[in-house]
Amino acid sequence: MYGSETGFLARESLPELFSLLHVQGFDIVAPQIQDGSILYQVITGAEQLPSGWQDQQQPGSYRLTQTESPLNFSWANGPQALKPWLFAPREVIWRAEKQPDGRLQFCEPDAPDRKLAVLGVRSCDLAALKLQDAHFLNNRYHDPYYAARRKGLLIIAVNCSHPADTCFCVSTGDGPHAEQGFDLCLTELENGFLISSGSETGNDLYEKLPLTKATEKQLHNQLQQKLSASKQQRALPQIPVKQLLSERRDHPRWDDIAERCLACGNCTQVCPTCFCHKEGDLASLDASTSEHLREWDSCFSEGHGYMAGHQARPEIKDRYQQWMIHKLSSWHDQYGRSGCTGCGRCTTWCPAAIDFVEEVNLICGDES
Amino acid sequence: MSDKPRIAVHKFSSCDGCQLAFLNMGEDLINLAEQVEIIHFAEAGPVAEDALVDIAFIEGSVVTAHDQQRIKQIRNNSQYLITIGACATSGGIQALKNLAADAADWPAQIYGQPQYIDSLDQSGAVSDYVKVDFELWGCPINSAQVVELVNSLLRGVSPIDHQDKVCLTCKQEQIVCTLITQGKPCLGPVTRNGCGALCPSFGRDCFGCYGPAENSNTIGLANRFAGLGLLPDEIQRRFKLVHASASENQRIIARDLTQDLAQDLAQESSDE
Repeated sequence: MYGSETGFLARESLPELFSLLHVQGFDIVAPQIQDGSILYQVITGAEQLPSGWQDQQQPGSYRLTQTESPLNFSWANGPQALKPWLFAPREVIWRAEKQPDGRLQFCEPDAPDRKLAVLGVRSCDLAALKLQDAHFLNNRYHDPYYAARRKGLLIIAVNCSHPADTCFCVSTGDGPHAEQGFDLCLTELENGFLISSGSETGNDLYEKLPLTKATEKQLHNQLQQKLSASKQQRALPQIPVKQLLSERRDHPRWDDIAERCLACGNCTQVCPTCFCHKEGDLASLDASTSEHLREWDSCFSEGHGYMAGHQARPEIKDRYQQWMIHKLSSWHDQYGRSGCTGCGRCTTWCPAAIDFVEEVNLICGDES
Repeated sequence: MSDKPRIAVHKFSSCDGCQLAFLNMGEDLINLAEQVEIIHFAEAGPVAEDALVDIAFIEGSVVTAHDQQRIKQIRNNSQYLITIGACATSGGIQALKNLAADAADWPAQIYGQPQYIDSLDQSGAVSDYVKVDFELWGCPINSAQVVELVNSLLRGVSPIDHQDKVCLTCKQEQIVCTLITQGKPCLGPVTRNGCGALCPSFGRDCFGCYGPAENSNTIGLANRFAGLGLLPDEIQRRFKLVHASASENQRIIARDLTQDLAQDLAQESSDE
């Protein structure tokens, strides 16, 4: 039985985890500092993990600062985590080639077979992964590209110790600590990591790592960290907003949002659960080959609301309503829960500094 | 005479940069030459300005009385007329003179013998004078846009008017937002994509050279720039550079921002 034990991995032994993963053929994706943000990229050794970095997030603002701390994960999140590694921002899904006799031959690209271990997955993103799985795997239309990448994915969660001011995972029930959906789960302490496993693959790694038994003090620190990370400033309304939101389409606040909203789609692109995409073709100039591409789309773009000669959502207000009401209301009908996992990215990465949580509260709250 | 589609590339008032989107196509330029007959393209060689063609590409804005006549003649000679680049599509950088009260005095200030300068007092978009069938935005446009457009026309398909925002490209390419992480006045949220988010990919804020995107909330973005600490004059300059004549940018340029912002601030303090 896995998951019942908690071991301690000293910080200087973290390279052992990298070695084990490399031996099993995994590329390791982990947080890196780039251009003033935290991006998940392939790294080759534990020494490449950034240390001492902290993030300050506000609506429309993200700043990093470095401290002397040895901690590798003392920040909340960056603009993306798992989503682009599974649901590719742009990919060719088939190709047509003209044969010498004029016939067209259609071919599929090879299914991705890369083994990826992602280190540093937050609980909000694990909850989002579950929703992406529901959409791409357990739906009427099984997505083979997502499925192939998902099959090669190993998840090493790291419990969130420093939620940002924009975070509200506690109010959605998705954090701050990971409860399920990982292979290994780490809690970062001053000198190393408490580790537990959540799958057979994870258990196999767990047994090979140079662990000591977690002490009472370490377990107490873990609990303290969870309690402290649970104190978040923002919260979605504790009343059920599913009905309220769609009933309040005439609320004056939507007009106020539409004055500020740029319909740029950033919120949807950084949202770890948004799954909309569009398809198009790119043909060579001599018409000998053509590629059918799938790429991320957004309910804020013109094409998203365009159907058979009719634009269903011409105004920015229509599009913002589509985004918020789908996320918090109709998602329940589709996948049995809200589509929001409280990561706060839509708020931080909004160029207009629109505060998603504040807006929901204003629209659903008491109008006085 | 061949039965291949006949094309012409005409130059008006411009820097020639958009014509390079044809010349820099590489292998595709050979493919293009095999599929169409290039009748007029002075920068590349062939000259036959008054020939009848299937597709006329227009670079540059209309700035002289002669330009006005030429563009009408080209329209009459062409089945499709397509503008390439900022100048032809919205008037370009030189449309800044449309904003100046004393533009008529400029030649005397710049040229030793201004009597040789014979220009209109406005730099006009081609669509101010004749019907335009399709517009390729950009300063300059790139080869990929030309290939896609020509491909559509050769196959008899309506070309796709790409008018989503630059932000979508940034997020797809994992380019970190300069507005959010550095507080830079990036125009990406109101600008058409198509450039591959070139400037943000080098950590620089977009200055809007691809022109206004669909549903561009320039007023919302200008207010945000004020929130980032830009003064009214700085905000207006952001929207003036390449597409000063575009109506979305005019909403900012033509406003008295100083007065508007003062009113907004007064409103905010009375709310508090």
